[in-house]
Amino acid sequence: MELKPLHITNAQLIDGDTPRPGSLLVADGRIAAIDPTDIPEGTETVDAKGQWLAPGIIDLGVFATDKPAFHFGGITRAALMPDNGPLDGAGLVERAAKGGKPDLWVHPLAAATKRLEGKELAEIGLMKQAGARAIATGRARIADSGVMRRVLTYAASLGLVTIIHAEDEGLTAGAVATDGEMATRLGLASAPAIAEAIAISRDLALVEETGAPVHFRQVTTARGLDLIRAAKAKGLPVLCGITPAHLLLSDTAIGDFRTFARLSPPLRSEDDRHACLAAIADGTIDILASGHDPRGPEDKRLPFAEALPGMAGAETLLALGLNLVRDGHISPGRLFELLAATPACLLGVDAGKLAVGKDADLILVDADTPWQVDAKKMAAYAGNTPFDGMPVQGRATMLWKGGLRIR
Amino acid sequence: MTSSNIRPASDYPPGGDAFRHRHLIGIAQLTPWEISYVLDAAEEWVDLNRSGAAKHDDRLAGLTIINAFFENSTRTLLSFEIAGKRLGADVVNMHAAQSSVKKGETLIDTAMTLNAMRADAMVIRHGSSGAVQLIADKVDCPVLNAGDGRHEHPTQALLDALTIRRRLGRVEGLTIAICGDVLHSRVARSNILALTLLGNEVRVVAPPTLTPPAMERMHVTTFTDMDEGIKDADVVMMLRLQNERMDGAYLPSAREYHALYGLTPKRLEKAKPDAIVMHPGPMNRGVEIDSSVADDPVRSTITEQVEMGVAVRMACLDILTRRKRGVVGWN
Repeated sequence: MELKPLHITNAQLIDGDTPRPGSLLVADGRIAAIDPTDIPEGTETVDAKGQWLAPGIIDLGVFATDKPAFHFGGITRAALMPDNGPLDGAGLVERAAKGGKPDLWVHPLAAATKRLEGKELAEIGLMKQAGARAIATGRARIADSGVMRRVLTYAASLGLVTIIHAEDEGLTAGAVATDGEMATRLGLASAPAIAEAIAISRDLALVEETGAPVHFRQVTTARGLDLIRAAKAKGLPVLCGITPAHLLLSDTAIGDFRTFARLSPPLRSEDDRHACLAAIADGTIDILASGHDPRGPEDKRLPFAEALPGMAGAETLLALGLNLVRDGHISPGRLFELLAATPACLLGVDAGKLAVGKDADLILVDADTPWQVDAKKMAAYAGNTPFDGMPVQGRATMLWKGGLRIR
Repeated sequence: MTSSNIRPASDYPPGGDAFRHRHLIGIAQLTPWEISYVLDAAEEWVDLNRSGAAKHDDRLAGLTIINAFFENSTRTLLSFEIAGKRLGADVVNMHAAQSSVKKGETLIDTAMTLNAMRADAMVIRHGSSGAVQLIADKVDCPVLNAGDGRHEHPTQALLDALTIRRRLGRVEGLTIAICGDVLHSRVARSNILALTLLGNEVRVVAPPTLTPPAMERMHVTTFTDMDEGIKDADVVMMLRLQNERMDGAYLPSAREYHALYGLTPKRLEKAKPDAIVMHPGPMNRGVEIDSSVADDPVRSTITEQVEMGVAVRMACLDILTRRKRGVVGWN
């Protein structure tokens, strides 16, 4: 099918720190020109009516291929965590990579170890050939430091980043919350927040020794972020990410045993939350992701400790990110670095920016229109959002993948 | 001494405003006057329970109470069963071990099943914190929490408060030491809430491995030294130590625990001369408490606590079913 060139006019382009008026030309699925003067014959024109034109969101680390939710949320590419399956073989990776076709890019993250057990190296090289864009340790870290060291060096030799879940398994065994007043009052087994910093510091030592690039998928504590900040100052190849939940909610959200707020890592103290906001403002945090993990009542309508962790986050990612902009923590340009440019760079895909030659994965964003998060009316296949009932502003109104209009 | 504690009804808000809850999930939802309202109501049942052979009051006649126990219990289940029967209700017990819970049915499905049987009240015990709240949100009748995980055991705290009030004449302005495995104890949590709410100084005495985090936020002082912790206390409340805590994960051994935290007659001398000793049972004699202390009729309130338990549970069942029974002022 031959695509007509597309001219998006009257837009506010997100290609710098602040939105600026402009237009953009797409041809052959790629961004052909910004503020074009020469419009080819037969070009289709879309009037953006002053809305933001931004790169499609690249959601790094989701647990399900949930197209309706991704499309609602302005997500054009999703990096799929290896936990379901698990993705520890080339065939599985290849199938997962095709799972989004034709209207969503799915980039599988390969399991670092066989069956994600943290014991034996998985066939990382074959999985790379099958389409894996990075490797991941899954929902837990690799407990054995020797295995972890071998994983890091092996993945690095193949040019792949290792995506890490950072929690010390000894401290967090059996825990479903962070130590604090809320866990104590509710009578929930809890673990100290330093479980994160302890795990990060081991892996940073391994990075320093091996030079292997890593991404800590979620760093959620002041001490963990301090370690990342110091590692970056040393020049280590380290990235870290977070979800909106840890920026906007603290452990008070688990009051009344709300299982939708049961997350992994668990929600932290208010002090840690403020440290996360400071770290996203000062550039310590590189990636904002949804952690999308839709779970139905069979997993969530249970006593708190028996419910599974995770939230449906894809639909609210953009709106909650815009919250950070409105509250003055980050600029619009920086928001889309967190949501698109840096994840693209980590995955090695030619997208994530409004620049000539990049894949035309684009969204129009109405940044201001208010709406209310409603767990009962979500596009995701389960509505387990900890933000149920929250009034938010801004949503994606149009979405293109490779220049093809999806919605 | 006892009846002087009972406040006249005119001290409380009229009718249902004296206890404005559909369920009894925890002490956390209660106000001080609601606690004292229950205690006063329970006093009357103490008198009935002690009177002669016929202990029947038929105000709950025709009502069905389901005791759904998803975790093993002997004394609490028995106490609730007797309380319901003394009030004339039809009491049915469901034990998790014999039920479809073992067959993989979810808790909510079990709750809906019980609900469909048109119980007029449910008493629920479950091993997971928050489970009773979850059921209460789904059923149409009052739910009484008989213990959920490490969260709350409100009737235990109420019966403890009643026991203290009857023994010491008041349950305010006292120094109360709660000793033992506070980390895993719902009895401790409910008691901390109730006793601080009523205006007592509450201390938590426990090894650091069994002390919950952020205790200071619950307005208690923590001690790791037993002698220091019970010094000049009016009440020494011991907690049961589960055997599985003593296998090295939380504590090195039972004998070390006894040496450091066991309540011996000598150790009890540190407390006030007339201090009372409490224990929710069942006891590990020779571990957390010496037999000579447990069996001391002057100091130990352990059997009295069991007696107060029935009275408090009668009061709770009566109060929570008043709306259903159409008692004037409770709608």
